[in-house]
Amino acid sequence: MTVETHQTEPWSVLDTSGHLRPDERVPSGDSALDLRRAYRDMVLARRVDAEAIALQRQGELGLWPSMLGQEGAQVGAGSALRPQDVVFPTYREHAVAWCFGVDPVQLLGLFRGTTMGGWDPRERNFNLYTLVIGAQTLHGVGYAMGIVRDGDVGTGDPERDRAVLVFLGDGALSEGETNEAFVWAAAQQLPVVFFCQNNQWAISAPFSVQSRIPAAERARGFGFPGVRVDGNDVIACHAATQEALATARAGGGPTLIEAVTYRRNPHTTSDDDLRYRSGSENDEWEGRDPIDRLRLLLTGDDAPERLDDDFLAELAQEEQALAERLRTGCRALPVPSPEDPFLHTLEQMPADLARQRDEHLAFVAAGEGDHA
Amino acid sequence: MTNIQQFNLPDVGEGLTEAEIVTWLVAPGDVVEVNQTLVEIETAKSLVELPSPFAGEVIELHAEEGVTVDVGRPIISIATAGAAPGKAPASPSGPAGAEQEAAEAAEAAEAAEPKLLVGYGATETSSRRRRPADQQAPAELPTAPSPPAAAPSGPLRTKPPVRKLAKVLGIDLASLTPTGPGGIVTRADVLDASSTNGAPQAAPDVVATTPSDGEPAEIRIPIKGVRKHTAAAMVSSAFTAPHVTEFVTLDITATMELRDRVAARRDFKDVKLSPLCFIAKAFLRAMERTPSANSRWDEAAQEIVQLREINLGIAAATPRGLVVPNIRSAQRLGLAELATAIADLAATARSGKTPPEAMADGTVTISNFGVFGVDTGTPILNPGETAILGVGTITRQPWVVGEGADERLEPRWVTTLALSFDHRVMDGQQGSELLADTAAFLRDPALATL
Repeated sequence: MTVETHQTEPWSVLDTSGHLRPDERVPSGDSALDLRRAYRDMVLARRVDAEAIALQRQGELGLWPSMLGQEGAQVGAGSALRPQDVVFPTYREHAVAWCFGVDPVQLLGLFRGTTMGGWDPRERNFNLYTLVIGAQTLHGVGYAMGIVRDGDVGTGDPERDRAVLVFLGDGALSEGETNEAFVWAAAQQLPVVFFCQNNQWAISAPFSVQSRIPAAERARGFGFPGVRVDGNDVIACHAATQEALATARAGGGPTLIEAVTYRRNPHTTSDDDLRYRSGSENDEWEGRDPIDRLRLLLTGDDAPERLDDDFLAELAQEEQALAERLRTGCRALPVPSPEDPFLHTLEQMPADLARQRDEHLAFVAAGEGDHA
Repeated sequence: MTNIQQFNLPDVGEGLTEAEIVTWLVAPGDVVEVNQTLVEIETAKSLVELPSPFAGEVIELHAEEGVTVDVGRPIISIATAGAAPGKAPASPSGPAGAEQEAAEAAEAAEAAEPKLLVGYGATETSSRRRRPADQQAPAELPTAPSPPAAAPSGPLRTKPPVRKLAKVLGIDLASLTPTGPGGIVTRADVLDASSTNGAPQAAPDVVATTPSDGEPAEIRIPIKGVRKHTAAAMVSSAFTAPHVTEFVTLDITATMELRDRVAARRDFKDVKLSPLCFIAKAFLRAMERTPSANSRWDEAAQEIVQLREINLGIAAATPRGLVVPNIRSAQRLGLAELATAIADLAATARSGKTPPEAMADGTVTISNFGVFGVDTGTPILNPGETAILGVGTITRQPWVVGEGADERLEPRWVTTLALSFDHRVMDGQQGSELLADTAAFLRDPALATL
């Protein structure tokens, strides 16, 4: 049996030469994307990523999952959020975290092994990184159920109505949890937007071996709309996410956004992608770089806003300061005490766990004595 | 104040214990910046560049290229001005002096070239600014430090995948003229050199010890790369699986005549039809009766794992050494498909481009050492496999044909096949049947229709 495939081109307004195509779906006025800010966010988030990789190679981090190439999708989506919205990320949403105001030094703790989390999710509604593929889709759907029960959806009050933005990758689409989350979100018309960065590779498995149809088309089978958007076009990603979040906040139910993009670095610093994909594919996607595109637009003759020399000089200085802050901040992250895991397991520590804690502390203390 | 800082080999891949120093990109006396690439290492997982955690002057390299170093051992000492990064103030809102220091370090870091990673992108932040197209744009930052010009004396600037490609193809990077932006060596440069150079260059690692007469008394060759891998695999195989080797010499004339007939067919017009294709086909057909040859000894589980699919490995001599890529589910292929697969596999191996996945999961192997003009040999099993067929040279030899009064000597095409098998899995009966059946199909190809 053959499956009819709909290889529709992803929706895009900003092409690789920096030409912006007018499109009524791109919001204007107050809800328009601040292009200079989006440029700044992408550049600085990329710097966070590059610096974290260097820290890993210097032995300061155990692991780092790079998001190089996905800045357009992440900053586009991240810029569409309102403060009362709630984000459920995977472990690669460094640029979304940046947009939502999470201190990038805090992102490093999990990968340095000094913390199980790194930040307080309630402070900024940006939940902890989730390493289990797809698990956050159900967390997000559960949270959206809570929003409905709180009555914070469809009131028409822009300060009150909230939505959940769940991030996932193409690999997560093959997970049971994700499909359960889709079923539940549709059945209950929940205020949730699933933002899938289809970066083409689930570690070494290409998307083509996971799906016969574009990811966005799956949504229709579950009963909600799917949107296929150019993930390296920050303007299109912002517009699509803003529209989907507005629908969700208004009680219109879920949307699946497939942002078609590419992970230009290996899966993590522990991966060697040349074993499963060609460098030429990477070169091709480098030519569709989201930052390049926006810079071409903002330095071109028809620039709606202009990147002037002062702006760029300031940004370069910001980059330098940020890099140094990450280097210093990473090495200064507090090392947890051996007691730490015991303290955060149960609210009230049972007697046998307290005994294990004491044994563990005695064991660690003895070991330190041996070394001294 | 000056501090001597040591950079210890980090575990760059979650649980690695050692790595080989592949290429030093700095030397004692060089001044390095934070995040400047110091060295390229090869771990069990990949080729990785290490960026410097310190800014300062290189004092000493603690490990030579080609040496395998344990994680945690110092690899380089760098004299830095000021405090070690580990002791730097924890907060940017520290004392004014510390802020100043941090700002200077940041300047230094920006000037450095953050080439960070196996893969591609981490260099982008800075290397992109270097493109001529960008320089025309106002985006070029007046305050950004001007990028170092492609230093003719310094190490060539390349990305790790390109270096890896050059290594695989045996291209000496120093011999290339870089065409990339800012003097970077591109993939195309390496591929061009590969196609124009013809034969890849010999391994550059050979060290000759030269006594007074000028002629080397001995040549010391580091055991690494494919040689090291082959050695380990052969030792493991030879001393794990008890090998038995059997031989059969046969008249293969009928197969050679069949080959000529098939090769003349229109549908085989574009197929390179070597005798090896027919031998492989006969071997695959013979395994139908002896499936135990396509199995694996699972020591841990105490089981013999008999495999349904035959992934037929073909041993190939390459400039880098022996590789054994395999043809997936070879038993399902028709003769034309099998011949095409063998030709493709050999061409890829000769060009040094065999990807690692093509060498994984082989189940049985053919070694065609006859191409070197020898009659036969005792092949060693590809580790984990149960059988290997060695194919000797095919020559015209006198052969007794006919019976009774008709008996006479005739010049015929003759070859010798050698089959080594793992006696833990197969006994003499199975091994003999497999070899005899293979020979029978080649003596009389019509038998394959039975």
